[in-house]
Amino acid sequence: MAKLYSKRKLAQKKMLPKKETIRLILQYSCALNIVKIGNVNFDFIAN
Amino acid sequence: MAKSQLPDAQLVDKYVAGDENALAILIDRHQSKIYGYIYSKVSDRDVTEDIFQETFFKVIHTLKSKKFYSEEGKFLSWVLRIASNLIIDKFRNDKKMPLKRDTEEFSIFSNIKDTSLDIEKTLIKSQVDIDLKKIIEKLPHDQKEVIMMRYYSDMSFKEIADFTGVSVNTTLGRMRYAITNLRKVIEKNKIYLPS
Repeated sequence: MAKLYSKRKLAQKKMLPKKETIRLILQYSCALNIVKIGNVNFDFIAN
Repeated sequence: MAKSQLPDAQLVDKYVAGDENALAILIDRHQSKIYGYIYSKVSDRDVTEDIFQETFFKVIHTLKSKKFYSEEGKFLSWVLRIASNLIIDKFRNDKKMPLKRDTEEFSIFSNIKDTSLDIEKTLIKSQVDIDLKKIIEKLPHDQKEVIMMRYYSDMSFKEIADFTGVSVNTTLGRMRYAITNLRKVIEKNKIYLPS
């Protein structure tokens, strides 16, 4: 019986985002530069 | 202490100070919980990817603007709240503009029809219009006037009544007689007018 219940994992593997998504987020983070001039924030995205 | 073992708050501080690697550690640490949370609400992998990405874009933007999040030391709950707001936005937008996806059982093209008339139907319609106008011409003047104003000039009964100088009831009566007479002529002459 124990085997029957423990043979297959019913719980799914951890759900993870695609590697490309993570890479894109990190690239966005590296590229984004925010400069505050007076009261206004200016966003710059480096190519 | 190795950087990967630092608490969230310190990693956030490092990231704000310019350490990009700190963000990678934060994402790696919480990605499963955040992704799983979003998926549990939207039940769609592609949408989950989009919202996950959008969530971190907002996180990055907020941290780089040095705005800081209000719940200091509770990075995960802050990120989850951003994700939750984005999910609500997504549902709101979907309600306004529902998205139907093409699947094996459902094809979007089965719901799209070309409603414009084909050549045959256009010819039939123009012939019907000509026949109908010939019959209307044979009606008494007051009845013809009401039909022409109502169907060809798209005037309301009140406007027709004002224009012809009679009451609305008289106009309605004329319309009723006009329709009855049209039916009689069509039946008498066995004219076929497809709808």
